[in-house]
Amino acid sequence: MVEFRYRADEVTEQPSVTLDAFLDQSNATAVRLEPDDDARALIPFLDRLTLIEVAFPKYRDGRGYSAARILREAGYQGELRAQGDVLVDQIAFMRRCGFDSFAPESSLNPDAVARALDNYDHAYQGAADSVVPIWKLRHG
Amino acid sequence: MYKYDNYDQAMVDARVAEFRDQITRRIAGDMTEDQFKPLRLMNGLYLQLHAYMLRVAIPYGTLDSRQMRMLAHIARKYDRDYGHFTTRQNIQYNWIKLEDCADILEELATVEMHAIQTSGNCIRNISSDQYAGAAADEVTDPRPWAELLRQWSTFHPEFSYLPRKFKIAVIAASEDRAAMRLHDIGLELIRQDGALGARVFVGGGMGRTPMIAPEINPFVKADDLLSYLEACLRVYNRYGRRDNMYKARIKILIHEIGADEYRRQVAAEFAHVKTLGIDPPLAELERITAFFAAPAYDAPDVEPDRNDPDFAVWLDQNVKPHKQAGYAIVNISLKPIGGIPGDATSQQIDVMADLAEKYSFDELRVTHAQNIVLPYVAKRDLYAVWQALRDAELADANLDLISDIIACPGLDYCSLANARSIPVAQKIATRFADMDRQRDLGELKLKISGCINACGHHHAGHIGILGVDKKGVENYQLTFGGSGAEDVSIGKIIGPGFDEDGVVDAVEKATEVYKALRQGDERFLDTYRRVGLAPFKEAIYG
Ligand code: HEM
Ligand code: SF4
Repeated sequence: MVEFRYRADEVTEQPSVTLDAFLDQSNATAVRLEPDDDARALIPFLDRLTLIEVAFPKYRDGRGYSAARILREAGYQGELRAQGDVLVDQIAFMRRCGFDSFAPESSLNPDAVARALDNYDHAYQGAADSVVPIWKLRHG
Repeated sequence: MYKYDNYDQAMVDARVAEFRDQITRRIAGDMTEDQFKPLRLMNGLYLQLHAYMLRVAIPYGTLDSRQMRMLAHIARKYDRDYGHFTTRQNIQYNWIKLEDCADILEELATVEMHAIQTSGNCIRNISSDQYAGAAADEVTDPRPWAELLRQWSTFHPEFSYLPRKFKIAVIAASEDRAAMRLHDIGLELIRQDGALGARVFVGGGMGRTPMIAPEINPFVKADDLLSYLEACLRVYNRYGRRDNMYKARIKILIHEIGADEYRRQVAAEFAHVKTLGIDPPLAELERITAFFAAPAYDAPDVEPDRNDPDFAVWLDQNVKPHKQAGYAIVNISLKPIGGIPGDATSQQIDVMADLAEKYSFDELRVTHAQNIVLPYVAKRDLYAVWQALRDAELADANLDLISDIIACPGLDYCSLANARSIPVAQKIATRFADMDRQRDLGELKLKISGCINACGHHHAGHIGILGVDKKGVENYQLTFGGSGAEDVSIGKIIGPGFDEDGVVDAVEKATEVYKALRQGDERFLDTYRRVGLAPFKEAIYG
């Protein structure tokens, strides 16, 4: 279930299909990527996707962070959802990598999430969000 | 030395607040230990055999007297009055209480220090050459580059849940004093057509499968470096193994797909990443470099008076040439005979801080061999420095000799250990307590790990000792021929293991073989490489 969403548009109702199913058929507009899947396989189809759900079966498995950045770097504008073992303390990093909705397996405390997202005013490095890296602030 | 600006300070302060919140949630039971673990690890907090251990970052091993005094203060106030300097140029405290951690980090933040990413599967503290800025053989000072990397890697959103930990070292001299090619990424700064850039080595490491990093790129320009490293890490984050913790380091990926294929994938990723505009302009490297400007040297080029024989011995062993006439690099050994390698009391830490302030332009370094360096001492002050060190029991003249042992915490502290390391180090040092005998043996790097994780760098020891568990009994394997220097190599196991006393005897026999066979000014390592294992084996097992 989507617990946190940072988008203005409507939630997609269509259930997401696996990458294989998507590449096989399909006119689906929502896809689910497992950690093993190559996010780049979706690049030719980004225009017609409204939801990409990235699975985090274990929070320790950080492949989804790269998948998210790759999709955003390729220009994907739709909803990018982190689903699974998503914990409070990962959400800020996930936001920076381009995720804009979260479906944690076990429910998170909204205050803790708000604090985690609010904790750092700046970031050292550029990523997939709009945060201006510190080096750029320093050099105008 | 680098000084934080408001941005740097705000990052560290925010981290303290965040970790305080996490600890509060953990103590309140809002988080399981399993959920807390990766968070505490990203703040350098381990659970050891007896207590929490806190690892504090000393970026590229450089610190000033104010920071050094803070380390003493923390040992005094929150620990048992001592700290342990580590092979990764950090300091560890072994007896920390969870509820004190946020206060400790808050105190550290007041002197621009932190414990960020000193553990966990993220990019760890960047290590470097302890003689940076002072070495005669350097192309440039590697520390500004290390600082650039520190900032880039801090809270990196994509690379904080890598398959495994990730260690980067930066050097800029032909002599490798940082075991650069035994890191996940080793950078050697070089000059090409007048421009500085990095030779990039990827996939080195120790642990249970030691590997020497192959060169992946002969020259990456300064203003491409961060993009290139992002590409290196992204390929690893996506394709590094996650099915088996013991095969998760980048060295295994490169070993499995081959350096050529890895290089190709990185090149393809780099071509893409470079378009994202994530490289800071050279002005940022220049801004950082300005902090590392040479100190205001003003001492005359005089040689110290060698009348005091103990002083002369120390001078010859622990003091190294400087790039500036009239100056020298002083090594402070944390390896007193019979002591715990790398440990220093709060009082000793304060003494070293005072000496740095008075005699070394306020700077100290931590070395990967677990010693301390005063990098900028005027030659005219060497005798005064030595006297003060002697009074604090810090004047052991054993740098790079057999008693200058690297040893991991081993079974005395570590929950993963198979065997104790510290008592073996103590016994070997005591066996060779006679300094004339040690000096006669010359450079001999002996390194001890209490298990196959190799925290004590045994693979890189001229003589390495590895503790193993043999049917419930502590047993020690010997390896010969390793090196972490520019002649990098991995030691080989010489035969069946020994008990604690047996391994000390075997080391002694090996030194006798060396003495009998050495030619000219060969070191132990050179003789071993020339004659091979056979004569040693015969003497030890024969
Ligand atoms: C006592 C708590 C410690 C624990 C639980 C611990 C754990 C480990 C583990 C599991 C590895 C192997 C990692 C791998 O191969 O993937 C390792 C490697 C290493 N550790 Fe530790 N360690 C501890 C203390 C230390 C200390 C005190 C130092 C420094 C003196 C240190 C420095 C290193 C180094 C240099 C390596 C080798 C890096 C490489 O594999 O390339 N560790 N440690
Ligand atoms: S080598 Fe083994 S025993 Fe020694 S500190 Fe590392 S994990 Fe512990």
